[in-house]
Amino acid sequence: MTILLDVADVSKLFPVGGGPGLWSRLKRRFVGGPQQLPKVHAVDDVSFVIDQGETVGLVGESGCGKSTLVRALTRLLDVSDGSIKLGSRELSLKPSRVFARDRDRARIQMVFQDAGESINPRFTAFAAIADPLRRLRKLHGAALKARVETVAAQCGLPLQLLTRFPHQLSGGQRARVGIARAIAVEPELLVLDEPTAALDVSVQVVVLQLLQRLKKEIGMSYLFVSHDLSVVRLLCDRVLVMYLGKIVESGPAAGVFEHPLHPYTQALVAAVPRLHDDGAARLRLSGEPRSPIDPDPNVCRFYGRCPRGADACKTTMPALRAFGDRHVACHFAEEFLPKTAP
Amino acid sequence: MTAAPALSVEELSVEFRTRSGIVRALDNVSFAVGKGETVALVGESGSGKSVTAYAVMGILDPAGKVTAGRAVLGGLDLLSAKPSQLAEVRGREIAMIFQNPRTALNPIRPVGRQIADVLIRHGNVPRREAPAQAIEMLRAVGITDPARRARAYPFEMSGGMCQRVMIAIALAAKPSLLIADEPTTGLDVTTQAVIMDLVAGLANELGMATIFITHDLALAGQRSSRIVVMHAGHVVENAPTRELFEHPRHPYTAELIAATPDAAASLEALAAIPGSLPDLRRTDLPPCRYSERCPRKSDACAQPLPQAAAGSGHIVACWNPLPLRAVNAPTESAA
Repeated sequence: MTILLDVADVSKLFPVGGGPGLWSRLKRRFVGGPQQLPKVHAVDDVSFVIDQGETVGLVGESGCGKSTLVRALTRLLDVSDGSIKLGSRELSLKPSRVFARDRDRARIQMVFQDAGESINPRFTAFAAIADPLRRLRKLHGAALKARVETVAAQCGLPLQLLTRFPHQLSGGQRARVGIARAIAVEPELLVLDEPTAALDVSVQVVVLQLLQRLKKEIGMSYLFVSHDLSVVRLLCDRVLVMYLGKIVESGPAAGVFEHPLHPYTQALVAAVPRLHDDGAARLRLSGEPRSPIDPDPNVCRFYGRCPRGADACKTTMPALRAFGDRHVACHFAEEFLPKTAP
Repeated sequence: MTAAPALSVEELSVEFRTRSGIVRALDNVSFAVGKGETVALVGESGSGKSVTAYAVMGILDPAGKVTAGRAVLGGLDLLSAKPSQLAEVRGREIAMIFQNPRTALNPIRPVGRQIADVLIRHGNVPRREAPAQAIEMLRAVGITDPARRARAYPFEMSGGMCQRVMIAIALAAKPSLLIADEPTTGLDVTTQAVIMDLVAGLANELGMATIFITHDLALAGQRSSRIVVMHAGHVVENAPTRELFEHPRHPYTAELIAATPDAAASLEALAAIPGSLPDLRRTDLPPCRYSERCPRKSDACAQPLPQAAAGSGHIVACWNPLPLRAVNAPTESAA
């Protein structure tokens, strides 16, 4: 398999207390310059690859940095450090404002969470799908109309709905507009940020099956961000589990969900409600996540909530270690390996 | 249930008057919750789950009107009660946890004060002792360092912590009935599991009846003893949880189960539900509001819905229910 996206050591830090208000300005004057400000480590030294035609799931709780990471990958945000390579092209060098007009902009596209909120309410469905084609493919007139109609048909959107505004569409139809808009420019990588979170189960199934079909037809790679593990399991070949800015576990989806090796993944899998299950008490996490503001680089991010936590977790940050096709960042991953070799 | 139910909703109908017509949001909704029992109301968005809860609490939008029915809690019909009677019952006997705790809490009052307010109003706690008891409540719902957190405002807390505060407020006066309206929507699965454990544990401790509203069938299955399935303002099926999953009788319930990601091993095996909810403003709504989407539709569906005999354990509002047999065996054991 050829590598499509190669993410290496990407970090994104946000300074806090850097506001324009009088109090922040005074504080900065007495504390020091902006480089002395405390920083939120939203994404901390993350590396992974996505192969061509692969579907990779990214899971983790809210605030773990999933959205920041995908915004950095899609170049809506500038990274603080690290490299993002799409094919042979390095994407992280140009500022995001300049990259917006780059010819490689079309190669990586995004479907946003809750299409009802992310589509311009003053654009009709047609205008929403046509906008990226106009800007990135420079299409006009009949060619533009033909392309929009092809894409709409591909996404199962009836042509008579193209003249409607987002508020006149149902949730499932809006999701289709969001997908059509993203695939219109034929991206190689499609990043989906919780595309079905706002939908009912009956509609969610249709959208997931649409995504599956489009992938086969167009041959895109997906990075699928979700907190719904049952959906990730259905759609993804491989998963990345994130906790407080770090990837703590990665591997083939089936393996990770059946034998999670990192204690956080174990808690995550145990918490998923299942049909035909009496909800007997299983692994539960206590407490709140550690603060992401200037965390101690030598303490495991999960320490304090981790049921397995030991003294070693306070003194050394566990690195990602390989176990076959799995990678786990835990000092005690060996203990959780299944008895028969995976 | 041999004992008298904690709440019994009888033939409840609710209409909303809007500029584009009258929306018949609820039609002839009946169900009962026994003492100490947890009943889940499930259905897609727009099926009338929350409207049912709001009608029972008497907090419907001014455009909404209860046109028929009763909701009896301990001998008092909540729907015809005087406002002064309702004010006594609400908060003391019946409490609610809302969707999205951040917007349901008062943003400009420290959370400890908000809990103390309820204790003073409904819990017969002297004003002087309320703050200390509020801190105890925060401790009971598992908030670390409760004395400091009591002085915090909702915006200073995470979503999971806000929901714990909501639970503390709802349970402050030890109500006999708790209505939880999607209490964990918008929370992470790990937090969801902890919050649901907390609600179940406290409900058990206080012997509280719980109405649990959710769109997540798997979560409902895990957390309730009985499930009431709603579709377009109708109760289509009402059965003990295990029986509902093993022998769904209503075609809509069966399709809902088939569309839920966990039941199927692959994406191809998941079945979408064709069609969408009917427009509830229509004046020509068929007696069965599911009939236009239904694969088992027949001429009988034009008659008024069958009225199941009261007291039977498994109620199905359908003329052509699925036959009683084991549907495809559960496949979850591989998980």
